Amino acid sequence: MNATLHLLVTLVLCTVVVRPLARARWVWRSPRTGILLWQMLMLTWVLCAVGVAVAIGLSPYGRDIPTALSSWLGGAPRPAGFTALHVVVLVTGFAMAAGLVAALAWSWIRVVRIRRRHRDILALVAREDEELPGVLILDHPLTVAYCLPGLRAQVVVSSGALAALSPAEVAAVLAHEQTHARERHDLVLLPFAALRRLLPRIRLVGVMAEAVALLVEMRADECACRDQSPGLLATALRRVSQSAVVPPPGAIGITDGAVAARLARIDRASSPLPLLARLLLLLGGVVLVSTPLSFLVV
Amino acid sequence: MGRMGELERAVMEVLWDRGEPCVVRDVVSVLAERNLAYTTVMTVLDRLTKKGLVRRQLDGRAWRYEPVNTRADYVARLMLDALDLTGDRPAALTRFAQSVSSPEVEVLSEALERAVRHRTDDQGRS
Repeated sequence: MNATLHLLVTLVLCTVVVRPLARARWVWRSPRTGILLWQMLMLTWVLCAVGVAVAIGLSPYGRDIPTALSSWLGGAPRPAGFTALHVVVLVTGFAMAAGLVAALAWSWIRVVRIRRRHRDILALVAREDEELPGVLILDHPLTVAYCLPGLRAQVVVSSGALAALSPAEVAAVLAHEQTHARERHDLVLLPFAALRRLLPRIRLVGVMAEAVALLVEMRADECACRDQSPGLLATALRRVSQSAVVPPPGAIGITDGAVAARLARIDRASSPLPLLARLLLLLGGVVLVSTPLSFLVV
Repeated sequence: MGRMGELERAVMEVLWDRGEPCVVRDVVSVLAERNLAYTTVMTVLDRLTKKGLVRRQLDGRAWRYEPVNTRADYVARLMLDALDLTGDRPAALTRFAQSVSSPEVEVLSEALERAVRHRTDDQGRS
């Protein structure tokens, strides 16, 4: 019962924290710390959800989870009070774990396939320019700049973007995209996107995914502001998002609210959180993750 | 871009410019100044076919190659990917900001539908 209670409390704690953390402005001051916090929170949440089911299922054993699990799997005599219901809960826990792993793998396969296809076509229709080494240019009037992530990440801009932005603004946009590529933000976003696909009805998962997506953009903004002037980045961001009239149906990506938040952040130019605060936050995250791990692994 | 990528691109441009199915010999002659071996061009066309970018049909004893989609359709496809407008996609790309108005989306979506139709026609034939 002890393990069940601990895991349940941690699960509730994580759930309660999601919305305030998603709303919190102070996280925006140090986006990278924020991203790490969300990753740890999500991991804890998932481990606790699986852990609670397993702990309830194995509770009649009166032992810690790994020991009880090995006696159950080893076919040792079932303890008193171990009913079919316990087996159902236990199997549900494992099904949840398998579902999560499968969702992650499936998302990864899809992403790799989309990227390979994209890269193949890009090689045929995009062009290079001496002025912008390492960047591919796509001849299209729409204003677009993006990064095709991977081991050999590729930054792409449309000719429409080059026409709409000054060279210095283009440099700011490229610095933003290169941060996405360098810090593998695609890998940060993938588990959240996979969880969202798996549980589309759970609003809280969407809140988490959007908060992380926003922080990833803010982190890229932060680096772009460091490389180029913040004013340039803000102008570029305004120009690129200006033409948005109606949010396209089915579009995930960034909403107008997110662009407004990014602009506000750049304009305010607040300093990053103090080192001690960041360390304490990360320590809190580690403590959080270690709770389910201590029951499930040790 | 590697040499292979550069060749694929050159061959693809020949096919797009011709606007009709070509045999390997046609492509070799258009690219004459590059001094490419017949087998090299054949390999490139083969790779493009495997990637689903080119389709071929037997004409007598020779294969005739043609692009599956027009250049504009491919650009539209990339733009849709880039703008994440195809819906139901995991985070395959990261983009700077969303910037699309509805008429533009419609033009892009139509281009994509056209591209998809081409491909289904193609599969139906083979």
